Amino acid sequence: MSDLTTSLYVFMLAAFIGFEVIRRVSPLLHTPLMSLTNALDAIAVVGAIILAGERKSDLATVLGTIAIVAATSNLVGGFIITDRMLKMFKTSKPKKP
Amino acid sequence: MTPLVSEQAIQIIYLISAALFILSLKWLSSPASARHGVWAGELGMLLAVIGTLLYRGIVDYTWIAIALVLGTIIGVPLGRVQMTAVPQRTALSHAFGALCVGLVGTAEFYLRTPQIPRFMMAVLSVEVILGSLTFTGSLMAAGKLQEILPQRPITYRGQNIVNISLLAIAVAVAVYLVIHPGDTRAFPLIVAIPLVFGVLMIIPIGGADMPTVISLLNSYAGLSAAAMGFVLDSKLLIIAGALDGSSGFILSVIMSKAMNRSFTNVLFGAFGQVQASAAAAQEARTVRSATAEEAAAILAASNSVVIVPGYGMAVAQAQHKVRELFDALTKRGVNVTFGIHPVAGRMPGHMNVLLAEADIPYDKLLDMEAINPEFPQTDVVLIIGANDVTNPAARSDRSSPIYGMPILDVDKARTVMVIKRSMSPGFAGIDNQLYYLDKTLMLFGDARSFVGDIVRQLSGDGHG
Repeated sequence: MSDLTTSLYVFMLAAFIGFEVIRRVSPLLHTPLMSLTNALDAIAVVGAIILAGERKSDLATVLGTIAIVAATSNLVGGFIITDRMLKMFKTSKPKKP
Repeated sequence: MTPLVSEQAIQIIYLISAALFILSLKWLSSPASARHGVWAGELGMLLAVIGTLLYRGIVDYTWIAIALVLGTIIGVPLGRVQMTAVPQRTALSHAFGALCVGLVGTAEFYLRTPQIPRFMMAVLSVEVILGSLTFTGSLMAAGKLQEILPQRPITYRGQNIVNISLLAIAVAVAVYLVIHPGDTRAFPLIVAIPLVFGVLMIIPIGGADMPTVISLLNSYAGLSAAAMGFVLDSKLLIIAGALDGSSGFILSVIMSKAMNRSFTNVLFGAFGQVQASAAAAQEARTVRSATAEEAAAILAASNSVVIVPGYGMAVAQAQHKVRELFDALTKRGVNVTFGIHPVAGRMPGHMNVLLAEADIPYDKLLDMEAINPEFPQTDVVLIIGANDVTNPAARSDRSSPIYGMPILDVDKARTVMVIKRSMSPGFAGIDNQLYYLDKTLMLFGDARSFVGDIVRQLSGDGHG
C-alpha cells in the first residue's frame, strides 16, 4: 500500500509540474509541444521491453513485441519531427536582447 | 545472464531520465532554447532504454531487437512527413502510443490474474479502457485529417445515448473485474467496447473541431500511460504520462476556450446540427470584389498589413507564396505581421509551423491577444483561408451559433481583403458578415495562385 501512495504522490507532483511548465510554452510552439510530449510518452517502451524480454508467456511476448514496435516508432518519429519543426523557427532579430 | 548493473542503479538512471524529461518541456517554453529541449528528451529516453535493457529479468533479447529495429523503420518516415501532414501524423502517433499501453495492459492482466489487488485492477482497467478508445479514436481522427474518411460530422438520432451507454457498460464491466479479477471472460469486454466507443466518439466530429479533439486524445494517451506506470510501478512512466496528460489537458482547455465551447459540447455537440436554422435566414447581399492588380496596389500603398491565415492556406499549400508576398511588401517598407487564432488550422499551433517552414521569422507571428489591439491601426488585413475566426457575428449577434467565440477583430482595420474560392460559408455553414462590409474586398480564387498573382504585380511595376 505504501508503494501505491508514493506513486500517487509522484503522479500528483508531476501533474502540477506539467501544468506549470506547459502553461509557459508559447502558443507558437504548441504543435512541437504536442509532438515532443508524444515522443516522451513513448517511454512506455520500457514496460514493453520488460514484457517481451521476460518471456513469461507467449501472449505476453507477442503483445510486448507489438507494443515495442508501436512505442519505438513514436519515439523515433516524434523526436525527428519535433527537431525538424523547431529548426524552422527563426527570428528576424539578430540576437536575443 | 549476470546483471551488469544493480536494480538501484537502474532506478537512478530512471530518476535522471525523469529530470531530463521535465527540463525538456521547460526548455520548450521559448523558441530560442527549444531545441535543447529535444536533446534533453532524447538523452533521457536513451538512458532509460539502455537502463531497461540491462534489467536482469530479461532473458531473451531476440524479439526486443527485432521490435526496436522494426519500430525505427516505421518511425523514421513518420518523422519525415510533410509539414502540412503534421496533424494526421500526430493523431497517428497518439494511436500508436495508446496501442502500446493497451497491449501491455492486456498482457499484464493475463499474467497476473487472478491475484490482482483491487486498486491494481482499477488502474489496469483505466489503462486498458483509455488505451483502447484512444487507439481507435485517434485512428479515426487521422483518417479524417488524411481525408480517407469523410470530414463531415456524421450524426444520427440517439447518438449520445448510444455512446454514453457503451462507455457506462465498459465502466460497469471494469467495476465487476475489480471485484472478480479472476474472470478472464469479462476482460475482453473492457478492450472491445472502448475500441468501438473510440470510433463512435469521432464520427460526429467535424474538421474544425479537430484541434480540440487531438488535444483531448493527447491527454487520454498521457493518462493511460500514467495508469500503466501505476500497474508496472514505474515512477518514470507515471511522470511522463502525467506530463503528457497535463499538456493535452491544457491544450484542450485553450482550444475549447478559443471556440467558446465546453469539452462536453465538443464531444457530444456535433456542431454541424445546430447550424441548419441559422443559415436559412439570409437575403442576397452584395459584396465588392477586386483583382490581383487592385489588391497589389492597395497593399503597396499601405504602411501596415496583417495577414490572417487559416486552414485554407494549408489546403492550398500557399505558405511559400505568402512568404514571397511577405518579402515583397517588407522590401517596400510595409510592416507585415501575422495574426494567428488559436484554432486556426487542424491542430494547436498548426499555422505557426507552416509559416515557420516557409521561413517567416517567428517574431512576426502574433497570437490573438497580441494582434487584436493592433487592428485599429492596421491599414490592410489580408485573410487567407480563414473564415469563422474573423466573423464579427461572434461579438454582436446573439443568435449566431458562434456567438461569444473570441475572434480576430479584423473588421476594425481600414481595409479588409479576403482570398476565398467562392461565397460558400465556412465549416459550420455560418454566413460571415465581414464579407458585406463596405471596407471589405473579396479576392476570388485559389489562395496560392492569387497570392502569386499579387506578388507578380508587386514585383512587376517597380514602385507602386
